[in-house]
Amino acid sequence: MARYDRAITVFSPDGHLFQVEYALEAVRKGNAAVGVRGTDAIVLGVEKKATPKLQDSRSVRKIVSLDNHIALACAGLKADARVLINRARIECQSHRLTVEDPVTVEYITRYIAGLQQKFTQSGGVRPFGLSTLIIGFDPYTGVPALYQTDPSGTFSAWKANATGRNSNSMREFLEKNYKETSGQETVKLAIRALLEVVESGGKNIEIAVMTRETGLRQLDEAEIDAIVAEIEAEKAAAEAAKKAPSKET
Amino acid sequence: MKLDTTGLESFAPLHGGMDDLHGELWAPPSFDLPVCADFDGFQKNAIQMVKPAKGTTTLAFVFKEGIIVAAESRTSMGGYVASQNVKKIVEINPHMIATVAGGAADCIFWHRNLGVKCRLYELENKRRISVAGASKLLTNMLYSYLGMELSVGTMIAGWDEMGPSLYYVDSEGGRLKGSRFSVGSGSPYAYAVLDNGYRYDMPLGEAAELARRAIYHATFRDGASGGVAIVYHVGPDGWKKLSGDDVKELHDKYYPAVQVPAEQEMMQITPL
Repeated sequence: MARYDRAITVFSPDGHLFQVEYALEAVRKGNAAVGVRGTDAIVLGVEKKATPKLQDSRSVRKIVSLDNHIALACAGLKADARVLINRARIECQSHRLTVEDPVTVEYITRYIAGLQQKFTQSGGVRPFGLSTLIIGFDPYTGVPALYQTDPSGTFSAWKANATGRNSNSMREFLEKNYKETSGQETVKLAIRALLEVVESGGKNIEIAVMTRETGLRQLDEAEIDAIVAEIEAEKAAAEAAKKAPSKET
Repeated sequence: MKLDTTGLESFAPLHGGMDDLHGELWAPPSFDLPVCADFDGFQKNAIQMVKPAKGTTTLAFVFKEGIIVAAESRTSMGGYVASQNVKKIVEINPHMIATVAGGAADCIFWHRNLGVKCRLYELENKRRISVAGASKLLTNMLYSYLGMELSVGTMIAGWDEMGPSLYYVDSEGGRLKGSRFSVGSGSPYAYAVLDNGYRYDMPLGEAAELARRAIYHATFRDGASGGVAIVYHVGPDGWKKLSGDDVKELHDKYYPAVQVPAEQEMMQITPL
């Protein structure tokens, strides 16, 4: 088995590309990230590990925009992410220059996934160690979209998805609780999913919302704290309602 | 000097894109040109030897019901009329057409290439390319051959999501969006008639007739234009060929021969 994991270009006898699978492991160790698609808003949420006191937190943005109408969050090796994001930003502008039109979410996702795939089929390179969540509105039809790519270079569209640490628990939660939402409800759903695996509090979560009209907006700590408080209150009320009838019998 | 040969490449690369990984911007495939003392002179002489002098008349204008595109059909090489029956309006896809002026081979080759690129765009992006995008692709292809005596003066007409669009593209790198263009040696004559009779609110029949007249007048005065006046219409559902009339017949229609009273033989009037 060990013989088949040194070079990326070698398949193992049972059909695995071990380097790609190890890259997925790196993703699983990265921070939790969640994306939820609503009818008029799309939300990205990322877990923020505790900032060292002396670090300027503004330089550690985990949700970035690729163009006015496209944003990206990722889980995994942040240095690899920087390279991928720069290439994607150039491609967005190059597309605008060549065909005088903004990219669609699907196009830029396909480009990023294609880039990730190239690095799984060459000698002397290793795959990118990150999975991305890409959100945006189609510039022509205005339809919201959420896509995910992974180190193997596959991509697909999702209504809601999670990646990174404990992504399975978050995905389970989303599968149980997903329904078509809009506006603030979409934000709440994303935060509730994140809270399943992250310590609650505005300083441990980074949230960004994209709408067709206003583009990408990062929520500040106070806003996030307020929504978290709402969610806790709703949870408490639901608990109380469950207990109350049984008391009366 | 690097030429943009993306229009010429076959679409099944044999070798993997190893170089692609480390390039900052994806450079198009290219080839080196031969080294010689006077490259421009060498080019010019070679081209003068083979390239015929061209003349043509093409025009296109936008009006309320879409775009009318018209052209004549003569190819001339200096004083020799090579053909009276050339197609100067080429179809790129069912929603976009383009005119041919300048070097016929250059125009037709690059238009076919443009058709390929437009189709690939459709397959990749699941939507039709805009006229702005198509004309941009053509300009980029032609621009990399700047100074190498390509001769292309073309108009791209189509109906896309923004409505009817008309672009003029030439091999000097020009690209203009407009609502009324005429290209070729007969264009001054065509412009005179076109500008005189143009109204945005014309109905389709009147617009087609205006285009036909403009082409006819150009063929009348310009020796390098003649043959058949062809008129196309681009509407929201695509292009449609409206008519192709021999300009000799148009002449008889517009200016029918007037019967001159027969001349009488001079008679000697004998004084009484």
